[in-house]
Amino acid sequence: MRNKIGIVVGCVLIMIWCLLPVAWIISLSFKSEESITNGSPGFLPAEGGFAGWDNYQAVWDNEQFRRAIFNSIGISLIATVLSVIVATLAAYAIARLEFTGKKAVLSLSLAIAMFPVVSLVGPLFDMWRAIGLYDTWPGLIIPYMSFTLPLAIWTLSAFFREIPWEMEQAAQVDGATSWQAFRKVIVPLAAPGVFTAAILTFFFAWNDFVFGISLTSTENARPIPASLSFFVGADPFNRPASLLAAGAVIATIPIIVIVLIFQRKIVAGLTSGAVKG
Amino acid sequence: MSAVTAPTQGKRQAGKKPVASDRAKAETRLGQRLVAPAIILMLLVTAFPMLRAIYLSTFDYALTAPEDREFLGLSNYLTALTDPLFWQTTGMTVLYMVVTVAVELVIGFIFAMVMHRVIFARGLIRTSILIPYGIITVVSGFTWQFAFSFQNGFINGWLPFVGDDFNWFGETTPAVIAIMVSEIWKTTPFMSLLLLAGLAQVSEDMVEAAKVDGATWWQRLTKVILPNMRAAIMVAVLFRALDAYRIFDNIFVMTAGAQKTESISFLTYRQTIEQFQLGMGSALSVLLFLSVLLVAYLIVKLFRVDLAQARQES
Repeated sequence: MRNKIGIVVGCVLIMIWCLLPVAWIISLSFKSEESITNGSPGFLPAEGGFAGWDNYQAVWDNEQFRRAIFNSIGISLIATVLSVIVATLAAYAIARLEFTGKKAVLSLSLAIAMFPVVSLVGPLFDMWRAIGLYDTWPGLIIPYMSFTLPLAIWTLSAFFREIPWEMEQAAQVDGATSWQAFRKVIVPLAAPGVFTAAILTFFFAWNDFVFGISLTSTENARPIPASLSFFVGADPFNRPASLLAAGAVIATIPIIVIVLIFQRKIVAGLTSGAVKG
Repeated sequence: MSAVTAPTQGKRQAGKKPVASDRAKAETRLGQRLVAPAIILMLLVTAFPMLRAIYLSTFDYALTAPEDREFLGLSNYLTALTDPLFWQTTGMTVLYMVVTVAVELVIGFIFAMVMHRVIFARGLIRTSILIPYGIITVVSGFTWQFAFSFQNGFINGWLPFVGDDFNWFGETTPAVIAIMVSEIWKTTPFMSLLLLAGLAQVSEDMVEAAKVDGATWWQRLTKVILPNMRAAIMVAVLFRALDAYRIFDNIFVMTAGAQKTESISFLTYRQTIEQFQLGMGSALSVLLFLSVLLVAYLIVKLFRVDLAQARQES
């Protein structure tokens, strides 16, 4: 009995831990700018300080912000699709084939997963400017791809190892061509793993900040995290808090939606890549 | 696992060692072709720029005056390593890493224990724990910066031991605490999920057996559960420590490096991108890379020592 109470208390604590800051930023996004500058520290909007959807309207009317959301969605999606295709090929080879250099691939991806991203922004900044990739979509897609590959390769090869590949042969014995056997038997079994890798890759790309601020200079390619940090003025201590909060909430919505829908797959992917791989 | 590798093993045995069969050769070729795009991409964005960073680090090279580029040899490194600012930021980075990982390990483990035991509302708990993991670090930084702010935050109002007008970002210690809180909030879920996977691999029978033998809760935890999860703990600590060592986003958003909260990543960024000192920035990049390697080496070594000790004990 005592145990049960402990677990319930634990669950409540976890929920508070996870959701309180989210509730706070939502609450802040509905406060009016005046009520904040007057200095009214409080969790919920004070009486008369409720701005309704005005902040959201103002953020959404901002051309730069809309452009940044568009950049983020486009860049993250393209990077995810390309990275998952490349990672699927590699993971298939690692899980299924015997070849020289297999160890080298795994150690290289391990090394890259540990790589300090900031170390690369200088040389990349220089190179991208020289070859014209600075401040363009490909200029971000390429680094995102290579930094998400290790995670995608690990997750996918862990998944692929669990697939009973003999079923492909069994289907061929039953009269299917090899392409049919692959498409009808292996693809449905591999799809969930590929999908999980895609979600994790998308998270990385959507979350990136270092490349986003270093390799862009205009709204041409600047993604949402970078755009939020440059939102209005250089003075970091006097930002339009409630507008920024509204922007932050909008930038978070895609992630929350993904989490809500694919919660089980994400947990499986995070743990299989790291623990079994 | 064995079912999957069995066919290839069988094949290799059939071919015997000295004569690499055509089939094995074809398999090697196919395998190498399939991994080639991944390898090329990873090398293109890491190895090549890193070599270029080593090259650039030997120059006095500012983007604002590219014609004045001058070969310096190792003097950029000497300048960096003799500058107190470098050591101060390195010390701060180590502090961020040690404190956040230690706190996350404890809280993450408690969360993992709760999630492991929970029977009802599993989906709800797991969904909520993924929310901080998914949120952009920059957004988390803003959220906590505003929460700690005396102008629009609520934390001063909730904490009894600080005044309502206490400025968390006015001094080093409170600013560092605020940055750490944001970092810990955002990444504890990741830690707890990895530990949860480790917990799931501990056999229930062993825990039960220890219980029957009269082991207390604490004994079961320290003698049965924790030693059996060592691999999972090591992975979680290694991943998180390396990640924490690269701390950048939260500092950028919350203090912009003011009040001596700067990390080594931040210093590197500032030199390279803000001040266009590509030579010095590259030298710092190389030093950052080397220090990450050192941290990784030390952590792996630390856990190995623990492994050996544990084996002697048992």
